[in-house]
Amino acid sequence: MAIDTLPESSIPVTRPFRLKFGFLTATPIIAVATICLVLIILMAIFAPLLAPHDPLLLTPAQRLKPSSAQFLLGTDAYGRDVLSRIIYGSRISLLIGLGAAVCSIALGLLIGLVSGFFRWVDAVMMRVMDGLMAIPAILLAIAVVSLSGASIWTVMIAITIPEIPRVARLVRSVVLTAREEPYVEAAISVGSSLPKIMWRHLMPNTIAPLIVQGTYVCASAILTEAILSFLGAGISPETPTWGNIMAEGRAYFQVKPSLIFWPGLLLSIAILSVNLIGDAARDALDPRMKQREGK
Amino acid sequence: MTAANSSNVVLDINNLVVGLGRKADAHRIIDDLSLQVREGETLCLVGESGSGKSVTSLTVMGLQQKGTLVPSGGSIKLVGEDLLGASDRRLRQLRATRMAMIFQEPMTALNPVVPVGRQIDEVLRAHTNLDARARRQKILAMMEHVRLPDVQRIFSSYPHRLSGGQRQRIMIAMALVLEPKLLIADEPTTALDVTTQKQILTLMRDLQRDHGTAVLFITHDMGVVAEIADRVAVMRHGRLVETGPLDDVLRAPKMEYTRNLLSSVPSLVPRAARPETTEPVVLEANELGKVYRERSMFGKAREVAAAQNVTLTLRKGRTLGIVGESGSGKSTVARCIVRLIDPTSGGVRLVGREISNLSRRLLQPHRQKIQIVFQDPYRSLNPRVTVGESIAEGPINYGMPRKDALARARELLELVHLPPDAISRYPHQFSGGQRQRIAIARALALDPDVLVADEAVSALDVSVQAQVLDLLDEIQKRLGIALLFITHDLRVAAQICDDVAVMQHGRVVEQGPAAEVLTNPQQAYTRALLDAAPGRGWDFANFRPVSEGIVATA
Repeated sequence: MAIDTLPESSIPVTRPFRLKFGFLTATPIIAVATICLVLIILMAIFAPLLAPHDPLLLTPAQRLKPSSAQFLLGTDAYGRDVLSRIIYGSRISLLIGLGAAVCSIALGLLIGLVSGFFRWVDAVMMRVMDGLMAIPAILLAIAVVSLSGASIWTVMIAITIPEIPRVARLVRSVVLTAREEPYVEAAISVGSSLPKIMWRHLMPNTIAPLIVQGTYVCASAILTEAILSFLGAGISPETPTWGNIMAEGRAYFQVKPSLIFWPGLLLSIAILSVNLIGDAARDALDPRMKQREGK
Repeated sequence: MTAANSSNVVLDINNLVVGLGRKADAHRIIDDLSLQVREGETLCLVGESGSGKSVTSLTVMGLQQKGTLVPSGGSIKLVGEDLLGASDRRLRQLRATRMAMIFQEPMTALNPVVPVGRQIDEVLRAHTNLDARARRQKILAMMEHVRLPDVQRIFSSYPHRLSGGQRQRIMIAMALVLEPKLLIADEPTTALDVTTQKQILTLMRDLQRDHGTAVLFITHDMGVVAEIADRVAVMRHGRLVETGPLDDVLRAPKMEYTRNLLSSVPSLVPRAARPETTEPVVLEANELGKVYRERSMFGKAREVAAAQNVTLTLRKGRTLGIVGESGSGKSTVARCIVRLIDPTSGGVRLVGREISNLSRRLLQPHRQKIQIVFQDPYRSLNPRVTVGESIAEGPINYGMPRKDALARARELLELVHLPPDAISRYPHQFSGGQRQRIAIARALALDPDVLVADEAVSALDVSVQAQVLDLLDEIQKRLGIALLFITHDLRVAAQICDDVAVMQHGRVVEQGPAAEVLTNPQQAYTRALLDAAPGRGWDFANFRPVSEGIVATA
C-alpha cells in the first residue's frame, strides 16, 4: 500500500508545525551566532546606558585621538567618541534591518498570495516584479532616497522596495503548489470564501519559508543601509550609523584605520549571525534537510 | 521436507528481527520472521500497510535505512551465503548478479535524464566484462524478452516517453538481465492499470518459468496473490501470521487474521440488486464535456478532450459508480459536477437546478447540496487545522453560529464512528482510515443531497476499506443520500453500486445496472476490464473459487 500508517503508539500528541527555538543551539557555531546577535540587540536597546559619551558631542580639541582610558576606541575627526558612536549606530542598523524585513514580508506576502491565486493579477504583478528585479537594488535605493530626502524612514522604504519581489515570488510559488492540495479544493466545495481560503489554508504554508527569507532580507538590509551611508546617500552624516562612521573614517584611513575596522567588524558579525541563524531556521523548518542530516 | 527440497532453497530467512534504532529494547519492526523461497517458486508476502513486508524486502537487499532499521537477530541466507554479515562491497556484487529488486513506482526508480537502454547498460558494465557491442545485443535481446515493442527506439528513449507498463518492463529487464537467482518485487503492479497489471503478471510468470528464478512478491492485493503465488505468507505487525500453499491459505485459512483479511476483499460478483426506486432524480449530467486547450502564440491550439458527451442520472438514495482506468476522464467528470473545474459543454442539473453555467457567486448557495470526498486522506485535510474546525468550516460558511457548528461536528464524528473528543485533535494524529472518516464527516456537515466519492477508498487497506464502505452504506440508508462513486476497482464497484458507467478515453462506453454490466458486459472494453481484474476466479470472502460457488448455489 502506498500510504503507511504509523503504529498508534508512535503518533505524537502535539500541535503540528509549532516553531521550536531549539535549533538556535543546534551546533556550536549557531549558538555563537545567537549569542553575538543577542549581545548586539542588547547593545542597541541599552545604548544610552552603555555609551560612555554623547555620540554627537563635538570636542574639537580631542581630534583623532588614539585609544585611551577616556576614549576606549579613540575619537574621530570631529573629536566624537568612536565607541559611543558605534554603540548608537547599532540602533539604526538593527532598526532598519528589522523594519525592512517586516515591511517587505508584509507587502510581499500580500502580493504573492493574490497573484498566486488570480491569474490576471499574476500576469500584471509578476511583470512589475520582474521589472523591479531588473534594477540594481542599490541604484533603486539611491534614487528613492534622493527623490524623497534622507531620513530613517525613507532609507527603510528605499531598502524595502527592492526586496519585495523576492518575497512575493517565494510566496507565489508556495501558493501555486498549495492551491492544488485536496484540502484547498475541499474548502472550495464546502463554500469557503476566497479570503478565508487564502488566510486559513494557503497563508500558513508560507510561514516557514518566510521566516527564513526574513532573516536574509534583514541581513541584506543592514548591509544596504551601511552601503548607502558609506556612499553618502543615506541618513545624514552626523547621525551615528555604522556606514556613516566608516564613510568618515575613509578620509583618515592612513592615520587611524580603526575608524573603519571596528564598525566594519561589528557589521560583519551582525550580518553573519543573522545569516547563520537563517540557515539554521531553514534546516529546522525543512523536513527534507532533516532527513539529509539523519543519513 | 525432503533433502532435495531443502537443497534448492534460494532465500532462507531465519528468526529475523529488525529493530527501530540500535537500542536493545527498540521497537521491533520485524519480529522473529522465518521464510523460505525455493527455486522456481513465487512466494507472495501479503499484509496491510505497516506490516513490515517492505522492510523485509529492503533488509534482504541490504537497502534498509542504515542506523534507523537495524537487523538485530536471526539470519538471511541467499543460496547459502549469509547476507546480514556481508560487507557493503559484497552486497553490491550480489545485487543484480544474485538478487534483484523491482519497485512499485517505475518512474521514480528510473533516472529521468538517462535513456533507459543506458540505464540497463550500467548494470552490465558494473558486473560483466562484455564489450559495448555484446552488451547492446544482450540488452536488446532482454528487452524483446520482456515483450517491449520496437526495442531499437525504446533503447534510446528517456523514461518519460514510455508508458507506466513499459517502464515496469524496463525495470524487469534491468533486474533480470544478469539472471539473478532471486527477484524481489515490491508491489510492482500497484501503480498500474488493471489491463497493464495483467500483462506484467503474465510476463513475470512466464519469465520465471523460463529461468527458474525464485520470486518474493510483495503485495497487499489478494487478487494479485491469487494470480501469481505458489505459496503465501501473511504478515501482520512484523510477525508471520500464516504461511502455506496458495490453495490452502485461500480455502482454509488457519488464523483469524487471515480469515478477516480474506473476508474483507470485496467480491467481483455484484451484490443483490436493490429494488428500482421512483425517488426523484437529484443529479443529472447532460452531454457533459471538458476540453483542455493548450494555447500557443503561433499555429493552431492543441485540444485535449478529457470528457465528452457524458450523460448520467442519479436518484435519491442510490449509488452510481463511474469506473475506468487512469486517464479515462472519470475524475474530470466528478470535478466538473462538483464545479471544482468548469465544464466546457453540456449541463449539470442538481436537484432540478442547472448549475453548470452559474457564476461563482450564484453557485454559492447550491454548493452545499453536493459534497466531495477525495482519494488521499493525508492531503485532503489541512494539517494545521483541528478536525472540529475542518468539519465546522462548511456550516459556518452557510451562516451557522460557530458553537452550533462545532456541536454538529461532534454529532457527525459519532455518526462516522469516531470519538467526539477527536474534535480538538489534528489530522496527523489519525490513521488513514480515520482521516477518511473525518473527510466524510466534513462532507456530510452540509447535509448534501449528493455525495461524490472520488476514489475515496483506493488508498486504504482492504480491512479499512471494507469498514469505510460499510460506513458509506449505513449513511446512505440513514440519510437517503445519493452517492456518485468514482473508482478504478471493479470489486468495490460491484459491492456498492446500483448502476455503473464504464468510461474510456473520456467517453461512457457502457452504462446500466451494476449486475448487468459487471456480469454480462456488452462492450469489448468492459469485458477486457473485467477479464483483467486480478483474482477474478476467486470468491475470497467465501474461501472458494467463483465456479464452485455457482455450482453450490445452483
